Amino acid sequence: MILNASGCLDALEAPGVTRTLDAFVTKTVTPLPRRGNAPVRIAEADCGMLNSIGLANPGIDAFVNRTLPQLATLDVPVWVSVGGFTADDYALLCRRLDGLPDVAAIELNVSCPNVASPAEATEEIVVASRAATTKPLYTKLSPAVGEIAAAAEAAAAAGSDGLSLMNTLRGLVLEAGTLRPVLSTASGGLSGPALRPVALAAVYACYRTTGLPIVGMGGVETGRHAVEFLAAGASAVALGTILFRDPGAPVRVRRELEQEARSLGYANPGAVRGAAHDSTGESLPPWTKSPAKLAQS
Amino acid sequence: MRREARSVVAVEPLGPYALVRVARGGLDPGTPGQFFMLSPPGRVLARPMSVCLAPPGELWFLVNPVGSGTRVLARLAVGDRIDVFGPLGNGFRLDVRRPLLVGGGIGVAPFPFLSERLGRPPALLGFRSARHAEAAALVPNAEVVVEPTFVTQQLTPGHDVLACGPEPMLRAVGERAPAAQLAWEAPMACGYGACYGCAVEIRGELRRLCVDGPVLRADEVVGAAREAA
Repeated sequence: MILNASGCLDALEAPGVTRTLDAFVTKTVTPLPRRGNAPVRIAEADCGMLNSIGLANPGIDAFVNRTLPQLATLDVPVWVSVGGFTADDYALLCRRLDGLPDVAAIELNVSCPNVASPAEATEEIVVASRAATTKPLYTKLSPAVGEIAAAAEAAAAAGSDGLSLMNTLRGLVLEAGTLRPVLSTASGGLSGPALRPVALAAVYACYRTTGLPIVGMGGVETGRHAVEFLAAGASAVALGTILFRDPGAPVRVRRELEQEARSLGYANPGAVRGAAHDSTGESLPPWTKSPAKLAQS
Repeated sequence: MRREARSVVAVEPLGPYALVRVARGGLDPGTPGQFFMLSPPGRVLARPMSVCLAPPGELWFLVNPVGSGTRVLARLAVGDRIDVFGPLGNGFRLDVRRPLLVGGGIGVAPFPFLSERLGRPPALLGFRSARHAEAAALVPNAEVVVEPTFVTQQLTPGHDVLACGPEPMLRAVGERAPAAQLAWEAPMACGYGACYGCAVEIRGELRRLCVDGPVLRADEVVGAAREAA
């Protein structure tokens, strides 16, 4: 299953690209409209890019009344990404979306790195959201929380149906001549290839601790990358930064993924899930085991 | 709009700039002022480049090699393949009676194509040095000024102005000619409305230059900014 990462595709501007996805994830919607950050909002880094869009969106009322009915005409399942500053914000957003048949799932953009205890904050947000909706809930976590598996466990315990892993990391790019930050907000979210090993580790850890369905994302550009996310424990992959350069990426990655899975001896991409994990359930690679244990396995 | 891998036909130096010529294949060149996203090999993001000229079988782009992506584009060799995606955005309206092209620096890039479509109207081009001014050779009927003279000093009323150049020049042109068509530039990751990176203030709102522009009426941007200030 191939999705877009939230904020990396405008379905109404690019309906043709959207129809090549198994589900479309919206840009994050907040309770009130947000203008977003002043330019400059993007910058290329050596192996990725920074963005500092600032959750520009029309707010939940305009989204439900104007955007959602248009998205529904595309005949692609719509996952709505929601974001806020308090658990009450998330509950309000989930309640507004709960009864709407055009909403297939809700992604909780729980990525505020400025809270004291991320695991507790995640739990509080998921508990409040769970009480507000029966829609499938995917909790999108930030790697900036430190121990992402603990936040994932908290989300699972609070009733999250799945995880989206992962959000961007904070990064900084300086102008060549002036040595001043390129972005108006100085730092921004780093995405793209630089993120891939970090995201892969997050998927790997959270698959072990929760067993939940996982949408893996972070620098996926090819079918090989996608197959690695499935092996680490993802049940689906989302494309983000690559969509900016290559709107044909969903079709290409899907084709490459099927070829890659077959060439590795799997009947289909779904069968790859968890292949990176030792069947004994231990997380240590074979060469760290004692000879006796290796003999047993 | 389509994205295709195209072959580089030639890269010709022109002053400090590079004229990158690629095989057009099945791509529609669009209208002057529209742009293509060119993917420099090895870079994460593509770069927006307006069409400089679209002779039979080719697309020409004038590149100013000032950053990591544009330097890669300017060093492409004949036969190299690059991904080209477009045409994108809204170009210049061509229903003008007394056109005058006003350009500054690399802002000259869309003018050869525009001049051809408008029947070689007069152009007023400003550059920072005589070497930069070599790019004026691409534009017919051009009067050229070099700093410290600015194009706005030579601008006379009574024209339908179509302008492209650095932001201070565009704002100065817009102050003098509120109905001018101005082609703006912004950092852009995608070119098709996906990234929200290219936000500029249009009619008092932050809007995406790639889908609302890059060509805008001056009073949509310059006047709106003045009222807000």
